[in-house]
Amino acid sequence: LSTLVFLEHHGDVLQKGPLGVLAKAASLGDLEVAGIVAGSGVAGLASVAGRHGAAKVWVADDPALEAPLPQPRVDVLAKVVREGGYDTVLFGASVLAADIAAGLAARLDAGLNWDLVELELRNGTVVGTRPALGDSVYVEVGWKGEPRIGIIRSGTFEPAESGGEPEVVQVAVELEDFSTRTTMLEQAHEEQTGPSIEDADIVVAGGRGLGGPENFALVEDLAKALGGAVAATRAVVDAGWYPYSTQVGQTGKSVSPKLYVACGISGAIQHKVGMQSSNVIVAINKDANAPIFEFSDLGVVGDLHQVVPKLTELVRARKRS
Amino acid sequence: VKIAVCVKEVPEAGAARRIDPQTMRLDRSGEGVLNAFDANAVEAALRVKESEGESEVVVVSLGPEGALDSLRKALAMGADRAVLVSDEAAVGSDLVATSRALAAALERESADLVVFGQQSADSDGAVLWAAVAERLRLPMVSQAADLTIADGKATVKRQTEFGYDRIEAPLPAVVAVSDAINEPRYPSLKGIMGAKSKPKDVVSVADLGLGADAVGEAGSKTEVLALNDPPPRGESRKIEDDGSGAQQILDFLVAKKLI
Repeated sequence: LSTLVFLEHHGDVLQKGPLGVLAKAASLGDLEVAGIVAGSGVAGLASVAGRHGAAKVWVADDPALEAPLPQPRVDVLAKVVREGGYDTVLFGASVLAADIAAGLAARLDAGLNWDLVELELRNGTVVGTRPALGDSVYVEVGWKGEPRIGIIRSGTFEPAESGGEPEVVQVAVELEDFSTRTTMLEQAHEEQTGPSIEDADIVVAGGRGLGGPENFALVEDLAKALGGAVAATRAVVDAGWYPYSTQVGQTGKSVSPKLYVACGISGAIQHKVGMQSSNVIVAINKDANAPIFEFSDLGVVGDLHQVVPKLTELVRARKRS
Repeated sequence: VKIAVCVKEVPEAGAARRIDPQTMRLDRSGEGVLNAFDANAVEAALRVKESEGESEVVVVSLGPEGALDSLRKALAMGADRAVLVSDEAAVGSDLVATSRALAAALERESADLVVFGQQSADSDGAVLWAAVAERLRLPMVSQAADLTIADGKATVKRQTEFGYDRIEAPLPAVVAVSDAINEPRYPSLKGIMGAKSKPKDVVSVADLGLGADAVGEAGSKTEVLALNDPPPRGESRKIEDDGSGAQQILDFLVAKKLI
């Protein structure tokens, strides 16, 4: 097995998801796990990748890779897969990674399995597990031929600091004409304020069921009492009730805290993918048929405007005593 | 502007969905409907048509012949015609095989804009557009929460984990829209009646110039090996709040040592 892991970065930071994938790949008994970093001014990230288990790091450092667009990265990865002779290419799920993985699959006519929650070596080949139909079935999936391409579900594997200094290989970036036709005009990225929801042990999240932005105070009070961070769904971020940096879901953060409290959140698939790996999920929603109850450990069907403030009081009282 | 919208028929939301243990494929024998996320894509295409004028919207799909019923909804919303790639040989196509068939169908259309919805409700896949764009060698933008077509360019507001990006791509281009982009219209009675007489083209894989081994299981690079039960999630409880809901949550958190 020779594995290449796409190491996504944002600013100067390698993302936690792919670093977890790197740790998993190394644990499969593969001595030669490699990572690839693609961007502009990213050479310094190679040593971070090495510390997290990459024996070799391919660095594609080029101004043309400055914007986080997928198609130029397909060109880079296709070249590295060929030059390095990799039989397995793995991604941590993200908006960018999904587009790169699928483009690469078409380029190389390689099989792509997504949303994997487990990977194992069986008789010299790789077998993945993909939950399907709302996680009611766990499908064992395989690849016919090489390279195999896989996208790992967010929050599945934890990063581990194991390695030392990696071998670094520079990639000469050559891009296809059609890959460079999209232009990034603007990146409106909010700076995060307050504690990061990705690192918090407890996350309290609010959705449309709050009824209005003023009611986020209920969520904030509960989060404060529990010592947790505040998160929001895409619907309420789109509506301008809460900042983008708190958004959990497919186009937001992926979190896996010890406790996730969902207040007035229906549990649509786009939200679920960002929080389903939380250890314990508690949901409060007035709609007894809300999908969130299908993956909650404790669901309370009721009016959050009653339940949440009362819970905040109870938590405070308990912490005082 | 010529716009192609890629859509899929999926099992009805309320239906008990199952994977056939014999074929290891999703059982599609029940009632099918237009994938709800694809309605956002059809709506986005119709809005482009309405603002541009002189445009055509064609829906393109891969599926069993019965999927025409689901495509009719897109026609009732206002799409002009439908192309369905339907072939026994294409059954069981994975991403590489599906993208090959769709790209071949789209090549015949040479649309200025190819639109996808956010994901399929049955396989939860959210990747097909990138594979199709690669095969068509076209620029591609996904997760579009806003789309404007002007001066031969698509300008997209894209949602990512970190915020909004504004991205521009010259036409022809592939754009995958998020379901945040719009509220799909309901077909009018006139639209529903009119859909019956709109052109519906059913083509085979051979019609697209592809061999039978380019699609279906033969053309696929992934396989399903086994179906297992999910690991137990531990005890899961749902209670009605009778005034003691908050207390029960507190007791639960204490028992779990989370407080």
